[in-house]
Amino acid sequence: MNEAIEEQNFDLKPLLEVLEEYKHQKGAVIPILQRTQEIYGYLPKPILKEISKRMRIPISRLQGVATFYAQFHLKRRGRHLIRVCDGTACHVKGATKLVDVIEENLEVPAGGSSPDYKYSLEIVYCVGSCGLAPVVIVDDRVMGQAEPDKLVRQLKRIED
Amino acid sequence: MGKVLNLEDLKEIKAKAVSLLATRGVCADPLVKVVNGKADVLICGGTGCVASSSRDVREALVTEIKKQGLQEEVRVILTGCHGFCAKGPLVVVYPQEILYCQVKVSDAPRIVSETIVNKQIIEDLIYKDPQSQEQFPVYHEIPFYRNQLRLSLRNCGLINPEDIREYIARNGYIALGTVLEQMKPQEVIEIIKDSGLRGRGGAGFTTGIKWEITQRSPAKPKYLVCNADEGDPGAFMDRSILEGDPHSVIEGMIIAGYAIGADAGYIYCRAEYPLAIQRIKIALSQAYEYGFLGKNILGSNFSFDIYLREGAGAFVCGEETALLASVEGRRGEPRPRPPFPSIAGLWSKPTNVNNVKTYGLVPQIILHGADWFRSFGTKNSPGTATFALTGKINNIGLIEVPMGITLREIIYDLGGGIPKGKAFKAVQTGGPLGGCLPTEALDTPVDFDSLVQAGATMGSGGMIVVDEDTCMVEFAKYFLTFASAESCGKCVPCRIGGRRLLEVLTRISNGEGKPEDLDEIEYISNNMKEASLCALGQLTPGPVMASLRFFRPEYEAHIYEKKCPAKVCKGLITYRVIEENCTGCMVCKRNCPANAISGEKREVHYIDPNICERCGICIEVCKFDAILIE
Repeated sequence: MNEAIEEQNFDLKPLLEVLEEYKHQKGAVIPILQRTQEIYGYLPKPILKEISKRMRIPISRLQGVATFYAQFHLKRRGRHLIRVCDGTACHVKGATKLVDVIEENLEVPAGGSSPDYKYSLEIVYCVGSCGLAPVVIVDDRVMGQAEPDKLVRQLKRIED
Repeated sequence: MGKVLNLEDLKEIKAKAVSLLATRGVCADPLVKVVNGKADVLICGGTGCVASSSRDVREALVTEIKKQGLQEEVRVILTGCHGFCAKGPLVVVYPQEILYCQVKVSDAPRIVSETIVNKQIIEDLIYKDPQSQEQFPVYHEIPFYRNQLRLSLRNCGLINPEDIREYIARNGYIALGTVLEQMKPQEVIEIIKDSGLRGRGGAGFTTGIKWEITQRSPAKPKYLVCNADEGDPGAFMDRSILEGDPHSVIEGMIIAGYAIGADAGYIYCRAEYPLAIQRIKIALSQAYEYGFLGKNILGSNFSFDIYLREGAGAFVCGEETALLASVEGRRGEPRPRPPFPSIAGLWSKPTNVNNVKTYGLVPQIILHGADWFRSFGTKNSPGTATFALTGKINNIGLIEVPMGITLREIIYDLGGGIPKGKAFKAVQTGGPLGGCLPTEALDTPVDFDSLVQAGATMGSGGMIVVDEDTCMVEFAKYFLTFASAESCGKCVPCRIGGRRLLEVLTRISNGEGKPEDLDEIEYISNNMKEASLCALGQLTPGPVMASLRFFRPEYEAHIYEKKCPAKVCKGLITYRVIEENCTGCMVCKRNCPANAISGEKREVHYIDPNICERCGICIEVCKFDAILIE
């Protein structure tokens, strides 16, 4: 599935503008990657190759930088991030069931994104809201005492 | 606005700008009188208050002031952090200087009509001391502020950080003008050396000496770096200064650049501080506009540029050599020192690295002199210390105190003591790389050397207070989890040592500790301290070592008696129903996520320890105090 995306054509124009802007700044690799991620939402491999070619920096070094810092993502992410807490309290209250229904109904695998990139799904451990278990955090909104059917309805209703 | 030509020109601009602060009663200038009927309403725009919707309060006040036709007389200004974060959003009404706490949007009409128009104090919005219930309407008189000495924070919460004129009105850039017109670089270094200023980033190296080493390094060009990668959990001093008074840091950097002979400086700020980044950007563009940055600053031969670099989410980048690698566009991994950055830093050129607070103090030392600075604090640690006070303490917030003040004064006089009448247990300074101190050490003076001697560190200024309900094993484990996850992995003692140490601690807190584990902790810790490449690895065992030193019986109770004295560690506690108190109301049974509670209506309930997850929900929901932990 991801192969097709790797091959997709990216609009290079905004990237070239960024590279132009930092042309005279020494060592601006990180700001360039940050701006690139702002444009594309993540750091696609073809774009990294492009940066490598134009800046004459080995791709291995770019890859090294991109994997070192927590901020950079090498895989495309959805526009909305769903985090399901699977801490102990949430787990016993049915977090696994929540993950199952989200995976099934929104076609988003845990740790991945839906084909239309509307959603990404992550499993996290104890967000400290055990009193509200099971807890799902959508973007930055905490949804407590989540029920499978209701949650799916709420998630589907999120506007793009 | 054209560029400022010279010091005289700057002083004229200042003379005009002071009227901006007239109602705030902070100008020593007797010519500026408070114009009748004028008022300034200051709203805290620090991250804490913005999170509790201070921006909405601001909008509401602006709307209300328009509605009452007062927009000519009353200005609404968004400032930086006031420091009293626990009580936010904060609003201060000048000229009366009345502080209102936890202001809501719905309070806006009252503030305008009662306080601004009728000069009345709104009783329910003013600060009340939690212990004495005494009321303090005036900003300055609140115990939290009364006991502070604000040098680094002198402008925070007082001026609009997005208006350079307000900074100039507070003698901003006058130090820079004086330096460029009247002083040689060596003279600047001498003043800083004489002042005894020590780096506020944690290690406390003498700033003037660092500058001198960089200046004397023969290689060119030279660089300057401001370390604003404040990553400790529970620390927000640097963020507050950058949000509340960014120009003071910029001015300090330009002065340092002149003294050292550098052409360019970098501010390395963590990306998690979007508001600080925004304010730095605004401040930099204003400084360029006024000619404090760029070519031929204030008509002198000195040219200097400052670039902003955002961190990308790596705690280790607060270490100076890792930070430099990151600015150069590489993985933020530290390297062995020497050579120190003063000799070979950015692109192997001499580079001076200082913390935000260090640069922020420089302009004032230049203006008032080394003796003035030495008149505060102690002989070996002159000046003030800035702390972010958090944890189990009444007045959570940002404070600045003279060095040499005791921990007890900070915690009880400024911090207002421990909430809910609980007993103080320990205070952690220096964040996840620092150490904790027990009750017996409360009279330790707070300065670089005394804290180290007592077994903790100054660090960059996080101060976390914990009470009797905190388990020191769990507390040490928390910091260790953080620090070991942030290890960059380059050197073995830090990468493996941190993990092994965490395994031992996890074992102890799960009740699987072995008698030899305490020796194991000391063995691993000492190796990490001796053999790690940078301060991250060397100091990761700090919190564990300190808590083992001061709270050894607590570790022993976990290991030998399989008990957690603070009743925190889940592997060592059980929840039990107190039969006499239980009414059989079934609330706990309904709320238990694990279905571990059984019992019929109006009959005593029972918690099955084998099913119980120890989440504590039953205690929270029980109205009859019928559940205890043992």
